[in-house]
Amino acid sequence: MSREAIFPARGPADRLTAAFWRHPRLLLGLLLTPPLLWLGVVYLGSLAALLLQSFYSIDEFSGMVVPEFTLKTYAELLRPSNYDVILRTLLMSAAVTLGCAVIAFPIAYYAARFARGRLKALFYLGVMLPLWSSYLVKVYAWKLILAKEGIITWAAESTHTSGILNAILALPVIGGNSLSTSYVGMFLVFTYVWLPYMILPMQAALERVPTSMLEASQDLGATRAQTFRTVILPLALPGVIAGSIFTFSLTMGDYIIPQIVGNSANFIGMAVYQLQGTAGNIPLAAAFAVVPILIMLVYLTLARRAGAFDAL
Amino acid sequence: MGWGVPQHAISQKVPMTAAVEFQSVSRHFGPVKAVDSVDLTIAEGAFFAMLGPSGSGKTTCLRLISGFETPTGGAIRIFGEDVSATPPHLRNVNTVFQDYALFPHMNVRDNVAYGLMVKGMGRAARLARAEEMLALVKLDGYGDRKPAQLSGGQRQRVALARALVNEPRVLLLDEPLGALDLKLREAMQDELKALQHRLGITFIFVTHDQHEALSMADSLAVFNEGRIAQIGTPAEIYDRPATRFVADFVGSSNVLPPDLTRALGGPAQWASLRPENTRLAASGPVTGTVTALRYLGSGTRVVLDLGGTEVAALLPAGQPLPEPGAALSIAFDPAALHVMGDAA
Repeated sequence: MSREAIFPARGPADRLTAAFWRHPRLLLGLLLTPPLLWLGVVYLGSLAALLLQSFYSIDEFSGMVVPEFTLKTYAELLRPSNYDVILRTLLMSAAVTLGCAVIAFPIAYYAARFARGRLKALFYLGVMLPLWSSYLVKVYAWKLILAKEGIITWAAESTHTSGILNAILALPVIGGNSLSTSYVGMFLVFTYVWLPYMILPMQAALERVPTSMLEASQDLGATRAQTFRTVILPLALPGVIAGSIFTFSLTMGDYIIPQIVGNSANFIGMAVYQLQGTAGNIPLAAAFAVVPILIMLVYLTLARRAGAFDAL
Repeated sequence: MGWGVPQHAISQKVPMTAAVEFQSVSRHFGPVKAVDSVDLTIAEGAFFAMLGPSGSGKTTCLRLISGFETPTGGAIRIFGEDVSATPPHLRNVNTVFQDYALFPHMNVRDNVAYGLMVKGMGRAARLARAEEMLALVKLDGYGDRKPAQLSGGQRQRVALARALVNEPRVLLLDEPLGALDLKLREAMQDELKALQHRLGITFIFVTHDQHEALSMADSLAVFNEGRIAQIGTPAEIYDRPATRFVADFVGSSNVLPPDLTRALGGPAQWASLRPENTRLAASGPVTGTVTALRYLGSGTRVVLDLGGTEVAALLPAGQPLPEPGAALSIAFDPAALHVMGDAA
């Protein structure tokens, strides 16, 4: 009597699976090739091209790009008018990041610690919903909200708080004719559009802090404020940094909000847009584009030095 | 200050206020009665165990003492003081958490010094104190490491040092040995016992492991469904279980229903008979069949079906074993039969 085979006959799919099983690196290589090509060639390649362009300069008479290496273009960045653009963008990005962090923390903390089931679903929906609608629509909507004839002015008048609004608008530099034409208004719009990018990583970081750690801190005699400062914040810091990378770099690169809201002062994004378009000064546009990259590198190095990633 | 002399241990014989006292304490979560009208007195300097299966209310009781749960009824007193309105950080009670809950972003020394830091002790003083505590748990020289670089047993010691640095009068331990392997667990049992003896403070620990409770505690409470089934010394609980649950849970005793007890020569009441006090006999008043044999190394557990009741006998190693299905009876010293009340 013949016994049945222990291993059934194999088809080509089984042989492929077996090949992957014997050579695990083969599958890994196949999975990684497309993203590595994308990242390596398309993304890093264009970044290198950008960097290269920034070391070229433009001939002032002909307006043609001179493909010779020089630091002349970078020197131009230090001219007062260009330097102002960089400083303005940097300060706005820092303010927006700080504003987002302050508003996002309670929301993220609540979602991570207390929201369960349907409430949690509602939280995700609430945070993500604004991301589903068009960015331009949101910005124009904000322009109307912030306008002199807008709902904020109206609400301030009907609640007799116009004094507060006017006091804010009367502030030097950041104030203005109306919210929609001031730095305050621009700050509000930036904070609104980038807020989800701060909430989500923060919430993910807070979710990973076990409740027993907060209890241990209280158990050892820490007040709520001490627990927050010495346990919650350091453990959530990688998430805060991740969120701040988003809000910081998104603000630094944005060229639409400063055009629609605010007093038409120039920002890095707008400068790049104008220089590579109408002005045709690709080298200076490239040099401007390198600035946010450098600022982010400095920021991350400082964060690392300060121990922000110790809890990772 | 400090613990040079175990002061509490010396004055132990003088009658004093209880370390922890529960007066009909309840903690209900909606319809779930996690802790239901529990009365409990834990003497100062005791090594007290709360033993029970998961969901029996023992951990909730521990959290009621530390302050992470508030009772829905009754009163809790720590050294005579009602703590109903006292938040955890103001109670002179510290906890060793089940998962240790060490702060991953701080090194071992800062972890241990944490309790002193939040109380405002200067850096040099608190770090020196932390070193002393690390020496106490035999971890000198480990101060600079991060918790992630330690083994499970070492983390447990750090958690112990961190809880003891505040010089609590009561130390709470939540399943302190649950995450350790067998060998380490046995070594740690002896060490905890020695540490408690040396410090003379009250240790209260929660466990579901009866061996741990019996070997470490000098008194214990057995929990079942939110209530205390029995309180006593390990010997009292083991030899004279008050209820069928205690008999079965602590030492897996044979629980005999009234008619079987009578047939075996006892009164017509529920009774408990330890497997190690049970022998196999060729004939007797009740015979049954062997249903299972379990080899335990130091002996073999033989299970008989006696008229529908499973009765186990522990045979020492080296004795001849019966075949499964063999018809046998049991014999025992009448003094070993412990008659219980009617309580489940």
